[in-house]
Amino acid sequence: MRDSAASVSRRDAWARRLPLLPAFIYVFLLTQIPFVLTIYYSFFSWNLLKEGSFKFAGLDNYTRLITNESIRTAILNTVVLTLAVIAISVVLGMAVAMLLNSEVWGKGFMRTLMIAPFLIMPTAGALIWKDTLLNPLFGLLPYLLSPFGLGRVDWVNRFPMATVVAVEVWRWTPFMMLIILAGLQSQNPEVLEAARVDGANPLQAFRRITLPLVRPFIELGALLGSLFVVQTYDSIFMLTYGGPGEDTTNVPFLLYLVAFQGYSIGQASAIGVVAVIITILVATFALRTLFSIFQVEARR
Amino acid sequence: MTDRKLRSPYHLVRSRSLSVIAGLALVAVGAACSGAGGGGGGTSQTITLAAVDNPQMADLKQLVSEFQSKHSDITVKIVTLPEDQLRQQVTQDVAANSGRFDLFTIGTYEVPLWAKKKWIENLSPYVAKDPAYDESDLIPGIKGALSFENNLYAVPFYGESSMLMYRKDFLAAKGQTMPDHPTWDQVASIAKAVNSSSVNGICLRGLPGWGEQLAPLTTVVNTFGGRWFDQNWNATLNTPQWKDAVTFYVNLLKSAGEPGAGNAGFTECLNAYNNGKVAMWYDATVGASNFTGDAAKNSGYAYAPTKVKDWSGWLWAWSLGMPSSSKKKDAAWTFADWATSKDYIKLVGSKLGWAHVPPGTRTSTYSLPEYQAAAGGFATVTLQSIAHADVNHSTVDPVPYIGVQYVDIDEFQQLGDQVSQEFAKVIAGNQTVDQALVKAQALAAAVGKTYQH
Repeated sequence: MRDSAASVSRRDAWARRLPLLPAFIYVFLLTQIPFVLTIYYSFFSWNLLKEGSFKFAGLDNYTRLITNESIRTAILNTVVLTLAVIAISVVLGMAVAMLLNSEVWGKGFMRTLMIAPFLIMPTAGALIWKDTLLNPLFGLLPYLLSPFGLGRVDWVNRFPMATVVAVEVWRWTPFMMLIILAGLQSQNPEVLEAARVDGANPLQAFRRITLPLVRPFIELGALLGSLFVVQTYDSIFMLTYGGPGEDTTNVPFLLYLVAFQGYSIGQASAIGVVAVIITILVATFALRTLFSIFQVEARR
Repeated sequence: MTDRKLRSPYHLVRSRSLSVIAGLALVAVGAACSGAGGGGGGTSQTITLAAVDNPQMADLKQLVSEFQSKHSDITVKIVTLPEDQLRQQVTQDVAANSGRFDLFTIGTYEVPLWAKKKWIENLSPYVAKDPAYDESDLIPGIKGALSFENNLYAVPFYGESSMLMYRKDFLAAKGQTMPDHPTWDQVASIAKAVNSSSVNGICLRGLPGWGEQLAPLTTVVNTFGGRWFDQNWNATLNTPQWKDAVTFYVNLLKSAGEPGAGNAGFTECLNAYNNGKVAMWYDATVGASNFTGDAAKNSGYAYAPTKVKDWSGWLWAWSLGMPSSSKKKDAAWTFADWATSKDYIKLVGSKLGWAHVPPGTRTSTYSLPEYQAAAGGFATVTLQSIAHADVNHSTVDPVPYIGVQYVDIDEFQQLGDQVSQEFAKVIAGNQTVDQALVKAQALAAAVGKTYQH
């Protein structure tokens, strides 16, 4: 009796597993083989342009990660970029979500408009910013600012990091807004009403009731967002190409430069491995938050 | 609760497997396409040409049918890519010996480097087989730049030097005249004289990149008496010549250059010049072929400005090279021969118009009356500039490397990009020339060290 129950459940388990297996194997092969190869290459000094340069180098590529100034700059830039983009877009996203959650006329239309930046291809969006908005000769912003004597400011080169942050915030605010809006809409309006009856002003109600409720959603948005922002590549490529100097070179862009300008495959692999480790760390936190939200949901 | 917790990973997996299916579908479509492309007839051969995305190559693409009507056994597939991507793809292809291409467009920078590594085929034996090809007709400067140990390793499709283009009407309005062989000091004073709120004095490239900003800037350094390395591969970017040249370039940009210089490359300057936003432009000789409207009517052309060293123009040629890994070398040569022949130049002239003719490859092009009529103003300057550009003696003091506006070593792509980024930071006003040169010197010194044995 017990045996058959076990075998049934085992058969049941395989019935669930089997259809997934091809997909699993496919994903496994396509992600893990390149990754293992990358780890392997990261222990070799290998430059595509230098014949006979494929030699075992031990941890050289990794020690260079610590000693090389370009890499430190890139890591610092990545941190600055990610923190700035996430912080600003969470605040803006929260504000917009609050607006859209209240009774405004034309809410549906506004919501669609607000999401638009997230739906535009990053490359195309960056190009629009660079050429249509910020170009000092033909751009809209210099034109609008010319009465104030700021007509011919070269924003992209004068303030490179601020420009990249602005473009990325423009892209990620809708994402934060969507997630926070979902949190806000699960809020029971009666609770807020009760708070108002009890004499709480809107600020208090926001701080004591709304914020704790949407906090896990903000955390989730921030963590998922930072997973992507850490990997920002397209807008940097289009806007600044990592420059001027190394002012906007982040880790993914440095990896690109090392691999495809310097053809140093070994060094690029080492950077890649470290980048993956950092991303996995962030992702672990993101997934934990994701599940904790489901748990809270289920508890209610 | 546990049920929920169990289910959520399922959702993840399901959405992932959906994307896997989508991915599989894409792969299948890709395979089908490549299958269709590869499946040719029994005797016919398909050769693949990786070409840089420029107007001359677009013309070649249009005229491929003319080639195929004569050579029905050869199908030519042309893949066009922007310069930086072409360089990456082609480099990976030859370095990995994968034989994806049978021909590619490479520049004067790649030819000697790759010939030395035996990545590209020696074309001299092929040229010798075709008496009509007339190797002696190739412009000497170009031929020299595409040779390695006196053998031709690539055939020129298009060649250029640099020159100063200027609007005669703008200069005349301010009472300025431009000599045929100006010095940089003259150019700077004219640029400041004609500079106004609506028209800037001069457009110079500021866009980072060894093939962008660094090309004109290195020609300025050369004529100011600077060089990248001395004979013992010591980096010399800390010399007064470099400081003078870079300071001059940056100051000229700041006092009379285009706004947003940090983003201005060839295309941006061409637009500004064509729209009458700048009065002068120092850039590739091919720029003049793209002038429209007033710019085409009122332009004058002068040789590359100088200071100490004369003939400071750069030299570049997009050329057809054949990877050693190609398995269809004879077919590839048949096409390369056709595309760089005298007849092809006449074909372009008669089919697409004489302004479309790829310039700077053959001396005979410049004696065609139709071409002289179309390119009158700048034909002589182009031909003379190319003829006088010498990749082996481009600097005042001797150097251990070849190249005018570049240093012909593997590391230069990265070195040049990094150094030009530092200069871009100066142009943007975020650091001084001295700060940039200290960093540039350190970068160059590290590269130079690998050659000191």
